[in-house]
Amino acid sequence: MKREASIVLAAPAGYGVQTVEEALTTLLMASGLNVFATRELMSRIRGGMNSTEIRVSSDRVAAYMRHTDIAVPLSKGALQHLMTYSHVDKETLVMGEKENLVGLSSLSENQFYDLPISRIAAEIGGSIYSNSVAVGAIMALFDIDENLAIGYFQKRFGSKGDKVVQQNIDAYRRGSEFGQKLVSSGRIQIDIKRDPRISGHMLLDGAEAVGLGAIAGGCNFISSYPMSPSTPVLIFLSQHSQEFGIIVDQAEDEISAMNKGIGAWYAGARGMVTTSGGGFALMTEGLSLAGMLESPMVIHLGQRPGPATGLPTRTEQGDLKHVLNAGHGEFPRVLFAPSTIQDAFYLTQRAFNLADKYQVPVFVLTDQFLLESSYDIPPLNLSGVEVEKQVIRTDSAYRRYALTESGISPRGIPSYGDGLVVVDSDEHDEDGHITEDLLLRKKMVDKRFYRKLERIRKEAIPPELLGSRSCRFLVISWGSNYHVMKEALTKSERRDIAVLHFNQVYPLHESVTSYLGKAKKLAIVENNAGCQFGRLLQVETNISIPAENCLLKYDGMPFSVEEVVEFLHNLNA
Amino acid sequence: MDVSDYEIMNTVSYDIAWCPGCGNYGILNTLKRALSELSIRPQDLVIVSGIGQAAKIPHYLRTNAFNGLHGRALPAAVAIKAVNPSLTVIAESGDGCMYGEGGNHLTHTILRNPDIALFVHDNMVYGLTKGQASPTSARGFETPLQTADRGGYSNEPFNPLALAIAMDASFVARAFIGDSEQTKELMKAAIEHKGFALLDIFQPCVTYNRINTYEWFKKHTYYIDDSHDSRDRIAAFRLALETEKLPLGVFYINPNKPTFEEGTGVYRANKDPVCMRSLDKERLARLIESKTGA
Repeated sequence: MKREASIVLAAPAGYGVQTVEEALTTLLMASGLNVFATRELMSRIRGGMNSTEIRVSSDRVAAYMRHTDIAVPLSKGALQHLMTYSHVDKETLVMGEKENLVGLSSLSENQFYDLPISRIAAEIGGSIYSNSVAVGAIMALFDIDENLAIGYFQKRFGSKGDKVVQQNIDAYRRGSEFGQKLVSSGRIQIDIKRDPRISGHMLLDGAEAVGLGAIAGGCNFISSYPMSPSTPVLIFLSQHSQEFGIIVDQAEDEISAMNKGIGAWYAGARGMVTTSGGGFALMTEGLSLAGMLESPMVIHLGQRPGPATGLPTRTEQGDLKHVLNAGHGEFPRVLFAPSTIQDAFYLTQRAFNLADKYQVPVFVLTDQFLLESSYDIPPLNLSGVEVEKQVIRTDSAYRRYALTESGISPRGIPSYGDGLVVVDSDEHDEDGHITEDLLLRKKMVDKRFYRKLERIRKEAIPPELLGSRSCRFLVISWGSNYHVMKEALTKSERRDIAVLHFNQVYPLHESVTSYLGKAKKLAIVENNAGCQFGRLLQVETNISIPAENCLLKYDGMPFSVEEVVEFLHNLNA
Repeated sequence: MDVSDYEIMNTVSYDIAWCPGCGNYGILNTLKRALSELSIRPQDLVIVSGIGQAAKIPHYLRTNAFNGLHGRALPAAVAIKAVNPSLTVIAESGDGCMYGEGGNHLTHTILRNPDIALFVHDNMVYGLTKGQASPTSARGFETPLQTADRGGYSNEPFNPLALAIAMDASFVARAFIGDSEQTKELMKAAIEHKGFALLDIFQPCVTYNRINTYEWFKKHTYYIDDSHDSRDRIAAFRLALETEKLPLGVFYINPNKPTFEEGTGVYRANKDPVCMRSLDKERLARLIESKTGA
């Protein structure tokens, strides 16, 4: 009896894998089951081979799992694709068209279950019903109430007419019969505890959560150039732009996007850009401008493997070093790295307030894995979510860069009050005008760099400790690896290991040195080749992590639970 | 508004970085007169500039100023106007900044048609970096970099007016600062024009350009005749291609283009500048509610 299950769908782009995924996750959640879905895609518009993993559970799981309980290859070659990445093993039930199941000697015949999707779809009215046949067969394994499916099809296809709705329901039923036969044969039995509250959850992916967080942060200006995997954030904001009064601009290049964002803040909007590593490289000149102007700015950077064009649709945590050091000259910055879908929302929201308060660039550093993974969460709570505007009404004596004890000079905007707002990319005086007064230069650096950074540090989010403080081993992780670390820690049953997870990677919270100093053995798990966060910790705390205790992955895929469990098992004194 | 309302020297003393005799002084004084005649309050004006000698202009008058990066004045200006359309936004910089470093932004800003004016101080040489060729320098122009022994500057000179007319910019004009009165009138027309207005201003560099002097410009320019129909794009383009004597005045106007601000859609139902609005939290709560399974 399976208490949790993983389903993997695979087919070339254009086969409707995402349509099946959407139906499955919606129905599973509506049934009171936790769902998690993550996609791996080739950089192709059509063809190639893509897969989606869906995990169904009673407890929250939200990590990539190598083992598959139910594999559904929807085309020839799909099974081979899954085998290449060890996604199918001796325990996997493979369900699909007979012709898609052949020719794989390492699997035994009794792992296969023939599901004649095309034949059924043709009988009903054509290949467009294939997806609903597959959905029906899979949902039968989870004993999903048919009425939920009927409601789903009515909502999804209602605009196409009753006939289309009915034929999808028919396709679902025919698929479902095949699934039920499989269950009654005893070859697969799934029994996952349901919780009716889950049916009222939200199913969100990382990109939507960043977009919603931006709206909640008062974002009303975005300019960006499309780049995978960050583009869905731009699209999300565009689709809600008329509702929330957001100016959306597809820029001619990322240089323009960044300068527009800064111009927008100058005039009193809350601007952001969304990009990936290569696009951000073009923004670094503008980033430095934000540093000099003391302009707030919010940068969402969805990481993918580089250098250069790299692997456009894959994942990596390879841009931390770039983001940390980007921009000529010295100025403070803040780096958030959301761990969860909730974090993607709340940290993006917070990024706008923090940027406004300290007049600095704030990064939301995500990756393809987080952006293209979705799972159900309780409805986002807006109590305590406020847009904390810092703009002041100026008087005629206003000075944009007034030297203050806190380092923060009150920020005015043009035409709001009697003052004039002058900003300059040159070193400037308190009025904002160009200066070469070197004594003043030093005062300006002290103000905008040291004094502000000191305060920003005090507001840093502490890392989260999973496990006991007295554990012998402390394993560090950051960003989107949160769920894989949490699940692997539980599954490893190593009570002598604790995980210290960061969702703010710069500046670090003051507790970090003590955590690291007290640990007897340190290890780290990062989705890059250079152990970038480990090196940052070394610079910041003077404590280094031995190379043999670094689990680094840089093949473009997220960590699987199995890999991290194995790493934790092998950690020895 | 009086010209003195734009005088910054009344309150603080600044060391002007321009050479004596520089054409920039004329542009600065003319700009103050144009602003004064249009009665634009300094608080409601933003001058956005890049880098170069021309780009220092917002430091020398009382105005809101965004002195950004080399070549990047236009993106910032576009955003500022979109966020607060009640502001008068002027982007102002030199030929190197606008036509060299910022060329891509110029092209795409013309295509967006924001309601801003762009004044380009065109002296056909780089001043701040001490005398190299600019995109508008003539072939054969000799500098310490474009050396005489290889025949000087060898590129085709950039033709901003032809480019702008080809892209159907909504207002295209050229002035020579040797005629302050005409320059002032063109500045006013550019500011008042609804849509993107390019005003290329010939301006001698007395230090690094010994060819294109006040006398040279006087000799090599002429005023566009009243008979020219500024709505006629082909005729305007023909004028822009003239090189023997360079025309001054309004080349082209297309008054019927929607602006970038209008195209954002955010001012259709609500005329308040975006910068003065607040988040509608109830609407956000409804959006979140719509995404739940319940």
